Amino acid sequence: MALAPADTGSETTTQIDRAGVLSGRRFAASLGLDAATLFGLATVVSLLVLIEILVRTGAISSLIIALPSEAIGAIFHGETFLKLVQATKLTFGMVLAAMVAEVVIAIPAGYLLYRYKAFGKAYEGWLASLFAAPIFLLYPLFMVIFGRNNFTLIFMGMAAGIIPIIVHVRLAFTSIPPTLIKVGRSFHMSESTIFWKIMVPAGAKTIFTGIRLGLIYTLINIIAIEYLVDAGGLGRMVSDSYFRFDITGTYTAIIAVTLVSVVFNIIVNRIEKLVR
Amino acid sequence: MSDVASPAAEAKGPSVAAIKIATIAVLLVVWQLIAVSGLLYKGLVPPPLAVAGALVTELIGTTLWRDLGITLFTSFSGFVIGSLIALLVGIWLGSSTFFRRAFEPYILALAGTPKIIFLPILFLVFGLGFESKIAKSAMSAFFPVVFSTIGGYLQIRLILLRVGDSFHLRWAQKVRMIYLPAMLPSLLVGLRLGLAMSIIGVLSAEIAYSDAGLGYRLMRYSDQFQIPSMYATIIVIFALASLVNAGFNHFQRSRLRYLERPGE
Repeated sequence: MALAPADTGSETTTQIDRAGVLSGRRFAASLGLDAATLFGLATVVSLLVLIEILVRTGAISSLIIALPSEAIGAIFHGETFLKLVQATKLTFGMVLAAMVAEVVIAIPAGYLLYRYKAFGKAYEGWLASLFAAPIFLLYPLFMVIFGRNNFTLIFMGMAAGIIPIIVHVRLAFTSIPPTLIKVGRSFHMSESTIFWKIMVPAGAKTIFTGIRLGLIYTLINIIAIEYLVDAGGLGRMVSDSYFRFDITGTYTAIIAVTLVSVVFNIIVNRIEKLVR
Repeated sequence: MSDVASPAAEAKGPSVAAIKIATIAVLLVVWQLIAVSGLLYKGLVPPPLAVAGALVTELIGTTLWRDLGITLFTSFSGFVIGSLIALLVGIWLGSSTFFRRAFEPYILALAGTPKIIFLPILFLVFGLGFESKIAKSAMSAFFPVVFSTIGGYLQIRLILLRVGDSFHLRWAQKVRMIYLPAMLPSLLVGLRLGLAMSIIGVLSAEIAYSDAGLGYRLMRYSDQFQIPSMYATIIVIFALASLVNAGFNHFQRSRLRYLERPGE
């Protein structure tokens, strides 16, 4: 019985908690969000407010961390926004060019490695090693060969993105159940019809996974080299501000590039879901 | 497109070893031909023998080993820190649907962002020394490990979690005796990727700003147009990445074999 008051208190607290959660859920539902999403959003906003207070009070130097309000607000200023749009166009134009080259080269290459199995086995270990290798380190070499221009960036993006596509195209064709191909043969389909009507649709999901990985690797590598050589689009936006020691500009550029990457990843994931 | 799915063509083909040897030979010949053809600037593509000579010079010198040691130290230190944080966060998010739904979208969004753009923040916060490289390594390792931990935790059989509860195990005991062994196959995949990402992350930070390490060494040779030494450094870096990858593969297979033994 000695526990009774505590029990009552706990019960009351639980009721308050429940009421709080319920009202939180109602509020979240009214915004079209679930409670967890709202909690995540509230945490991020709270962190930003905390950083804002710490920087404004001088607890954190504004030479190290920019005011979140200024850095985020600057994205929507006319000049910065225009720069962001131009940089995004430039970077994604290069990513697109690299991707076209990757698909054109990697799909036949992956098919040939499937078709000639000894070659596939011989190269699979090398391709796996290249998958994990820092290919972007070759950029000083290609800078000298092709010059400090967009073609070098496209080439380096392609060199990194082509590997996962080749690996997944080969994997897609080797994973097709032989029964499917036997069914095609039993219907007296030509080899070309079997390829286009059976093998390509059956391997489409795996091939698309490779293309998605290739796309992400291409974007990451192009932005990395843009940052390192201070050329091109999105990567250059960050390095340019940093080299001028424009702290707010640096944070603005980083947030802007992050937002562009997030939107890009959402679009790619949506497309992948459609394909699946 | 003829004979699209027939295995007959492969049965009579060359062996895997022969293909590998022939490929290496062809690449070396092509390299030599490009080097002597004069198609590119003089000295830009040195002959294979010149690069082999530079590689030997690098290997017998002491400075390469010092730079290699620095890159390995910063990579592994950051990898350990990033993986430990990722493990804790991963178990936390894996065990709570609410928190996973709240925070996973943000982690997912950051994971898809090129981490190199965060280098200025790391340089501002941690300085230009090895601390910022360790932080970059930790950041690179964090994302693959956190997702593999969440995935691994979600695959743990409910009965194992209940056994832990019924024995009133403490949280640390549950992690050691239930979570880690049950998550191991998924976790090892994330750790392998995380280690590769850590090394790449450190190299990119060393290229951006450093006065030591393999990334710095590569840029110094590039700036001084010491092309054979630059090629030699690239070979060392690619060999290091391959060795670490192969070593972790071996460790992964041995751990999984150990777990699959009857009675384990």
